[in-house]
Amino acid sequence: MLEIRNLHVTVDGKEILKGIDLDVAAGEVHAIMGPNGSGKSTLSYVLAGREGYEVTEGSILFNGQDLREMGVDERAAAGIFLAFQYPLEIPGVTTMTFLKTALNAQRKARGEEELDAVRFLKLVREKAKPLNVNDEMLKRALNVGYSGGEKKRAEVLQMSLLEPSLAVLDETDSGLDIDALKTVAEGVNAMRSPERSMIVITHYQRLLDYIVPDVVHVLSGGRIVKTGGKELALELEKSGYAAYGADAA
Amino acid sequence: MAAVRETVETVGEVEKYKYGFSTDIESEKAPLGLTEDTVRFISAKKNEPAWLLEWRLAAFRRWLTMTEPTWAKVTYPPIDFQDAYYYSAPKQQAKLDSLDQVDPKLLETYEKLGIPLTEQKMLAGVAVDAVFDSVSVVTTFKEKLAEAGVIFCPMSEAVAKHPELVKKYLGSVVPTSDNFYATLNSAVFSEGSFVYIPEGVRCPMELSTYFRINEKQTGQFERTLIIAEKGSCVSYLEGCTAPQRDENQLHAAVVELVALDDAEIKYSTVQNWFPGDEEGKGGVYNFVTKRGDCRGANSKISWTQVETGSAITWKYPSCILRGDNSRGEFYSIAISNGHQQVDSGTKMIHLGRNTTSRIISKGISAGKSSNTYRGLVSVHRKAENVRNFTQCDSLLIGSKCSAHTVPYVETKNPTAVLEHEATTSKISDDQLFYCMQRGIGEEEAVALIVNGFCRDVLQQLPMEFAVEAQKLVGISLEGSVG
Repeated sequence: MLEIRNLHVTVDGKEILKGIDLDVAAGEVHAIMGPNGSGKSTLSYVLAGREGYEVTEGSILFNGQDLREMGVDERAAAGIFLAFQYPLEIPGVTTMTFLKTALNAQRKARGEEELDAVRFLKLVREKAKPLNVNDEMLKRALNVGYSGGEKKRAEVLQMSLLEPSLAVLDETDSGLDIDALKTVAEGVNAMRSPERSMIVITHYQRLLDYIVPDVVHVLSGGRIVKTGGKELALELEKSGYAAYGADAA
Repeated sequence: MAAVRETVETVGEVEKYKYGFSTDIESEKAPLGLTEDTVRFISAKKNEPAWLLEWRLAAFRRWLTMTEPTWAKVTYPPIDFQDAYYYSAPKQQAKLDSLDQVDPKLLETYEKLGIPLTEQKMLAGVAVDAVFDSVSVVTTFKEKLAEAGVIFCPMSEAVAKHPELVKKYLGSVVPTSDNFYATLNSAVFSEGSFVYIPEGVRCPMELSTYFRINEKQTGQFERTLIIAEKGSCVSYLEGCTAPQRDENQLHAAVVELVALDDAEIKYSTVQNWFPGDEEGKGGVYNFVTKRGDCRGANSKISWTQVETGSAITWKYPSCILRGDNSRGEFYSIAISNGHQQVDSGTKMIHLGRNTTSRIISKGISAGKSSNTYRGLVSVHRKAENVRNFTQCDSLLIGSKCSAHTVPYVETKNPTAVLEHEATTSKISDDQLFYCMQRGIGEEEAVALIVNGFCRDVLQQLPMEFAVEAQKLVGISLEGSVG
């Protein structure tokens, strides 16, 4: 699914990622843990293709395609989804309108038929129900006045609707109380499938109690310094990141 | 016999004086320039009564003493008013046989706007095939209006058929002495609509200039007059979303609305005239005076405008809230891109008691354009319990454009409650990245965000306009990012 080789990335002239190797096979869930400033969010932005994140060396292949050749929206249509740590507000654009625009843009890019209002509404309600997203919330402007939990639920709803083959979840647990965390994690878990891979980026082990990863990586100073099974996360919880050459944050 | 001959000669002399030049009355164009004779020529062309000619001439004489206003934040080379034609008979567009002969770029825009094929043909001047019987549509429409007693006709027809109404109301909202361009319009106006809604009648349909496309082309100096009698109600739509080119650079229209007791007028405009080429050359100068008079108690006038075209827009649709409890509304979206300059806003003049007004203005500037909101809320001494709410939001796209807000507020009555809110924002890279990460292309993302920004105003448009206007917002901003 995803093959990253010797990836070096520079932001504003400063090298943040210093040679990352990462393989994520279809159906796998990988957790990337690490202290603040280790390059976790940079990795997610590079995968999504954000401007200003310059790949100076190395390669990223997604289902055999060279991601560096593709624009942000093209990568999205190809199946890459990024759940944002801080979802953006889009004033005046209802969540419903945003979802429909996004889904149909992707379908169009893939040469699929766009969904009409009736079919879309049916689909979105079906996806929204398990996430406790009601019609009233769908009619509000996207993320405007949403609580922390509502924002994250809206992110998972987008993911569920767009059905990406690779989902990158950036600090999805931040700002969530335990109940909201459970709802979000259930939503994510419901999407696990042999065809779909996930990269879960998190500072804390807590989220991984609910979204149990197959592989855990520790990112520090722009490099993956350790890789292990899900027990690695528990180890980190006890000993902190200090052993990996970073200040415990 | 000699006497008869003398009379004939005198009449001949009079005729000659009347027109002042040898141009045949049948000619299509008035001679170049603007003199009293030009005014007489126009009036004669329209077979106007003497009082209207005098009205025009008085305006013309007044105009000679006036100077162009310079307070607006727009710059353009001086206009030579003598180097222009002030009347030309409405020309038939060259008839084309099929859409294949139409500029493909124009068709592309129609396509994006979602304009139906038959309508595309009408707009582009292609002979409409027999399947679409436009004549019967117009006829049905007119029959329905006549049944309700509504008068909806070209201004020249109204002068001939309803002179008492025209005489009573013409210039009663925008007097001939009002301002440089309105005075010029009073002297030389030649097109425009006349609408009269009788007492207690709710106009059975939206009145749209669309239905007049076949009859007349847009004029350079339009004059529109809408009168809503007691307890009546009308919604009027002007313009269309399709791009309009016009060989005349200077446009100076006047629109007057009169709402009597309990009457309601809703006036919606979509303006998409040629904004000039990439260097900003050749666009239309749009100097418009639009004003509504809430003359009766409990009356209401609402302006909604979507301004995307023209090189220069100078336009302040206003409400005079004369009747007690009357209400004025102004909803505006003004988009400027390229080298366009917009100076637009509104005036709410509160004269009556318990009058209320609401102003929602959304200015979007992109490219190298300049976009100014200029507004006045004025409360007179006797106007008790006035309420006004004003919201002016500006959105900037890119770093070479500018947005300005010039809100004047004056009150002479201490009971007035006036609220003003203003924001200026930019489309952030974060927002664009977020939208694009969901698969939305850059231009579509800009259109989505801008439409969200304009939502409060778009909601005010009649349904048939709103959908097209939304698409127009996107198209106007194409090429504004990246």
